[in-house]
Amino acid sequence: MYHKTQREGFQCEGSQCEQALLETGSPVDEARQGVLDQLVSWMRKRSLFVLAYGTGCGAIEMRPLMTSRFDAERFGIIGAATPRQADVLVISGYLAIKTLKRVIRSYEQMQEPKYVIALGSCTINGGMYWDSYNTVKQVDRYLPVDIFINGCMPRPEALIEGFVALQERIARGEKGGFHRYRENIDWYKANQRRVLGDQMPPAYTYDWYHAGGAA
Amino acid sequence: MHAILDSLAMIGVSYIMGFLFYGFYRQLNARVQRRWGPSIWQNFFDNMKFFFKSETLVHGPMFFFGPMIIMAGAFTTVLFVPFLKDSNWLQGYSQYGNLILIIYLLVVGPLGNALAVGSSGNPFGVMGVTRGLTRLMGLEVPFFLGLGLVMLQHETTSVHAIMAAQDGLAHWGIVTNPIAFCVILLPFIASQNGSPFDVVGAPVEVYAGPRVEFGGRLLGVLMTQNMMMSIAKLVLVTDLFLGGATNILVLILKAFALFVLTTAVSMVFPRLRTEQAVDFFWKVPLGLGVLGVILTVWLPWSA
Repeated sequence: MYHKTQREGFQCEGSQCEQALLETGSPVDEARQGVLDQLVSWMRKRSLFVLAYGTGCGAIEMRPLMTSRFDAERFGIIGAATPRQADVLVISGYLAIKTLKRVIRSYEQMQEPKYVIALGSCTINGGMYWDSYNTVKQVDRYLPVDIFINGCMPRPEALIEGFVALQERIARGEKGGFHRYRENIDWYKANQRRVLGDQMPPAYTYDWYHAGGAA
Repeated sequence: MHAILDSLAMIGVSYIMGFLFYGFYRQLNARVQRRWGPSIWQNFFDNMKFFFKSETLVHGPMFFFGPMIIMAGAFTTVLFVPFLKDSNWLQGYSQYGNLILIIYLLVVGPLGNALAVGSSGNPFGVMGVTRGLTRLMGLEVPFFLGLGLVMLQHETTSVHAIMAAQDGLAHWGIVTNPIAFCVILLPFIASQNGSPFDVVGAPVEVYAGPRVEFGGRLLGVLMTQNMMMSIAKLVLVTDLFLGGATNILVLILKAFALFVLTTAVSMVFPRLRTEQAVDFFWKVPLGLGVLGVILTVWLPWSA
C-alpha cells in the first residue's frame, strides 16, 4: 500500500509505529453497520458488474472466467458493457502510459461504490516489464486498487478467489478504494500528472471528488 | 381505498413476478449452456444494487425525466391490464380502459427512451435508439394487426369481455383463433427484447444500446420498468389467448407457460440484424396477419 497516509505511517520507528497503528484501529472495527447497511452491502456483494480492461495478456484469463467453464455468473459477477454500469474495474495486466490515461478515465466514469481488481504481477511491480520505459510499474500509485491477484498469469480459480475476497470485504462494509481515491485525490492526481504530463484526462471526469474546490 | 390497495398490489405482483421470471430465465439459460448460473433472486439483487448506487451524471433535465416517463408508462400499462377475471382484486383501472388504450400505452416506453437518450448525446445510445425505432416499425404492424384480429373475432375492445368469452379450454383464443396467436407471438418476443430480435440492447455490439449512458439509480429505474412491462405484456397475452385466470396461481402458471415458450424460441435462434428483423416481420407475421384478416372477414364461413 503506497497511498499517502500509510506511507507516512511507515516513516515512524519500531514500537512507536506499532502503537500508532494500534491506535488507528483496524478497518474491520471501523466498518460497523446498521441493519439496512448490512442488507444493502449483502445485495452489493451478490451483484458485481465487471468492466474488464484488457490491455495486457491477463485479459485472456477473463474469457474462461466469464463463460461456461468457470461461470462467474453463479457469484453474481457479470460483464458490464460500459463504465457507467460497472461496479468492478478489472485491470488485466500491465498498463502502458497511454492506456493508463484511458483506465483513469474509465474509472472516473464509474458510479460509486466502485472497486478495482488488479490482475497479474505487472500491476504490482511491473512484472516482466520492470525496466520498460513506458510501462506503469505500480498501478496502486495512480488508482486505488482494492484487490491484487498476483501470478503471471493467475488462473481463473485465482481470479475467483480474488472476487470472493472482494465480496467478503464488501459484505463487511469496509471502506472501498473509492473512499481512498476521494480522500487522497491530490496525491493520486499528482502521481498521474507525473507520468502523464500535459496528457492528463480532462478535469470534469473527477471534479465531483472535490467538494466545490478547483480541480 | 380499495383502488389504492389494488393498484399497489398489482405493481407489487408484477415486480415480484418480473424478477423471478427473469431470474428463472437466467438460470435456464445457464443450464442450457452447461453451467450453474446465478440464483433465481439475481435480478432482484442487481436491481436493488443499482438503486443504492450514486448517480453523478448530469445531461440536462430530459435525461432524468426520460426514465420517469418510461416508468410512468410501465405503471399505467400494468394498471390498465386486468390480471384476474371474475375478481375484485388485481383489476386496477382496467374497467375504464380497453385494448386500444393499452396499445397506446405500449408506445410510451420507446418514446421516453428516445427523449432521454437523445439528450445524453452518446453516439452508441443514439445508435441503439435508431435500431429500436426501426425494429418498432417492423414489429408494431403485425402486433397491432394480431390484436385487431382478436378485437374483430370478439367484436369488442374490452379485455374483460374477451376474457369472459373464453370460458373453457375449447373457447380459449389460442384454440379459436390460432392465426392471431401466431401473428402476435413473434412481435411479442421482439417487444420483450427476446433473442432473435434483441438487436436493440445487443450487448458487445452497441454497448448496451439505449442504456449506454445510464448507470446507478436511473438504470435501476429502467430495469424495474422493464421487468414490470414484460409481466404486463405476458398477462395481456394470457388474457387474450389463454382465457385469463381466476386466481393468482393460475395466472402465474399461464404467464409462466407463455414465458417458457418465448424463452425456448429465444434460446434457439441467434440475433438477427435490424434490417433482417424488419424484413422478417413484414413478410412472415404480417403475411400471416393479412391471411388471418381474409379468413376472418371475407370468407363465407367466418360470418
